[in-house]
Amino acid sequence: MTSKIGLDQVLVEKARTSARKVAEDTQRFIDLHTTVAVERTVCRLLGIDGINEVEVPMPNVVVEHLTQKSILSDGAALRIGNAMAELGIGPQEVAEGIDKGEIDLAAIPMHREEEIREALAPVVQATMARIDANVARRKEYLSDFGDKQGPYIYLIVATGNIYEDITQAKAAAKQGADVIAVIRTTGQSLLDFVPYGATTEGFGGTYATQENFRLMRAALDEVGEEQKRYIRLCNYCSGLCMPEIAAMGALERLDVMLNDALYGILFRDINMQRTIVDQYFSRVINGYAGVIINTGEDNYLTTADAYEEAHTVLASQFLNEQFALMAGLPEEQMGLGHAFEMDPELPNAFLYELAQAQMAREIFPKAPLKYMPPTKFMTGNIFRGHVQDALFNMVTILTQQKIHLLGMMTEAIHTPFMSDRALAIENAQYIFRTMADLGEDIEYKKGGIIQSRAQEVLQKAADLLGEIERTGLFATLEKGVFADIKRPLDGGKGLDGVVTKSDRYFNPFVETMHKKEVRA
Amino acid sequence: MSSGLYDMSAKDFDKTLDLTAIKPYGDTMNDGKVQLSFTLPVANNDKGMEAARILAKQMGLSEPNVAYARTLDAEFTFYVVYGSCTHSVDYTKIQIQAIEDVSMEMDEVDAYIKEHIGRKIVVVGASTGTDAHTVGIDAIMNRKGFAGHYGLERYEMIEALNMGAQVPNEEFLAKAKELNADVLLVSQTVTQKNIHIMNLTELIELAEAEGMRSKCVMCCGGARITHELAKELGFDAGFGPGKFANDVATFCVKEMVRRGMK
Repeated sequence: MTSKIGLDQVLVEKARTSARKVAEDTQRFIDLHTTVAVERTVCRLLGIDGINEVEVPMPNVVVEHLTQKSILSDGAALRIGNAMAELGIGPQEVAEGIDKGEIDLAAIPMHREEEIREALAPVVQATMARIDANVARRKEYLSDFGDKQGPYIYLIVATGNIYEDITQAKAAAKQGADVIAVIRTTGQSLLDFVPYGATTEGFGGTYATQENFRLMRAALDEVGEEQKRYIRLCNYCSGLCMPEIAAMGALERLDVMLNDALYGILFRDINMQRTIVDQYFSRVINGYAGVIINTGEDNYLTTADAYEEAHTVLASQFLNEQFALMAGLPEEQMGLGHAFEMDPELPNAFLYELAQAQMAREIFPKAPLKYMPPTKFMTGNIFRGHVQDALFNMVTILTQQKIHLLGMMTEAIHTPFMSDRALAIENAQYIFRTMADLGEDIEYKKGGIIQSRAQEVLQKAADLLGEIERTGLFATLEKGVFADIKRPLDGGKGLDGVVTKSDRYFNPFVETMHKKEVRA
Repeated sequence: MSSGLYDMSAKDFDKTLDLTAIKPYGDTMNDGKVQLSFTLPVANNDKGMEAARILAKQMGLSEPNVAYARTLDAEFTFYVVYGSCTHSVDYTKIQIQAIEDVSMEMDEVDAYIKEHIGRKIVVVGASTGTDAHTVGIDAIMNRKGFAGHYGLERYEMIEALNMGAQVPNEEFLAKAKELNADVLLVSQTVTQKNIHIMNLTELIELAEAEGMRSKCVMCCGGARITHELAKELGFDAGFGPGKFANDVATFCVKEMVRRGMK
């Protein structure tokens, strides 16, 4: 593809190489560690589910037991498999035995690794078969109905009540939504457990639970069959339960997951060591399950300035790309993020937005880029807001952004009314239809504002990545390079859930799911 | 329906401004014209349209005109309605709680602090409780500020600490105590089910219990916050949309002086 904006391919390669080295360097740390969230995920994938009498999720019961007995470093699989081999029971029964105080995993004599693996094998295979069936089902739907050409219209629901969410989601799907995202309740990212069952109470969103996933999936399949379209379902695996939510999504056929390598560190003050280890396993799962990950660079721009800090967005996209490749997640599933967040008062802001979007398109040609609408400069003036959203829609169609989060003119006022969504969809569809091939017809002036801007941002991103390569990712985060936010290596939430793996540690799911041959 | 023609209807009302009975202004004084939009949970047909018209009448609109009706779902229709408001307001009788300080610019605030307080003041801000949004507190505190108004971090005479979002109220107050804060700023963005009211009330109660309420100027802000609401909850001031760092700073330093805080 010839570059419309005259990108310096040598510089692109340099930036990408720096990002790869940062990811490889960080991967060495990841490979040596596990976390409570990773091990709870192994429990879930082994079929351990439900809650105990005091409503503690069973995966937490098991992992707290492993922590108390100081054997978490062996991994949940080894210790649960060992109990299965010794007692001839399944993982759920092991968990229940632990909960009742009848089983002490540390006291069971250790079997040989082959015996343990043999005991686990049928359970692991059953889980893999369930995920494989979900992948096959999605493919079948997409081949029956065909996949949407052009941008996916992405809409959120956020009532707090899963049943009310379903009503809203169905209406949105009928109006033209291609992706429905169920926003999580405020604060869920800081819970070190995943709530259980269908939920009807939340603030600013709805709890991510496996039952809520299942209910929404069924509703969207129903409306999709009616509409002869496959409606994708999106949720959020960020926070302290990143890989657990990825696992739940794989089991319930979610299609899109927010999954940023750095977001939790920056915006939720989650410890960086914890997040980096957690994001790896969650990406392995998402990669295997055919789930598109959405990265969170757009959030940088809600705190940092979109014009001045544009290069940090690009640098982070390069890093997210390399971390995803490390986890075996293919480019076609990388919904790298950015946003239309420049100040409307800035002259030529639209040109700079266009430059940024076109640049992302060209640097990550296969990625289904995620593009976020204006939020920071939405004021309550719904009439101007609708125009801001229209400009944002134009950038998407001109530069082939893929996952297009619809802007609402009532942003900054309330969670969307049903009519807000309909008007937003109408706005987007109008622009997408009447400007469908405008991007193809446009060439940018050599050395003009757009080309120069792209070159400047790329240069700064490459320089920044070079600097990160020298100082390392953790030190970079400590310096506050991203989103103007500084985070200490040993600060934040969840550090006590990180442990060094023992020599006999194994994770049967990473072994099975990780497709090592994936490489750009 | 909307015809796009000029309005030829007789304008037989008094067209002089009367502040004891003000009405919305469309294109003629006292025409009372308003626009509104809403959704009704019914199918899009003549009956639904009539329902929209009746509803508008009950809201006090005369001659309601349903300009547009659009199907959102089988049993949901969106309407855009115009009409003339039959109500009026006596503007001369209105009393509101408003911040009366005339806002100073950054340099003036710094000069005011030097002259009247004589030391740097300490401001601690956060979005407390479960609220994950930093946009409000960032707009007021971050160096860069918002819409051309520099944030408090840039003020020479202000030591500003922005603790970010999801800060528990207890932690917020502990930090304020540690730094001997003069001013506490709390931002609330999520207002679903009035969670912001509960959180702000909790903060005030904790501050009272810690004996900090009287020692600090306490302000809250956010898209749904008004000065009146803030006063009702026990804060010194509230700042809604369209207020910037210099508005907040002006109130705080003047309030400090009013209260004799040195």
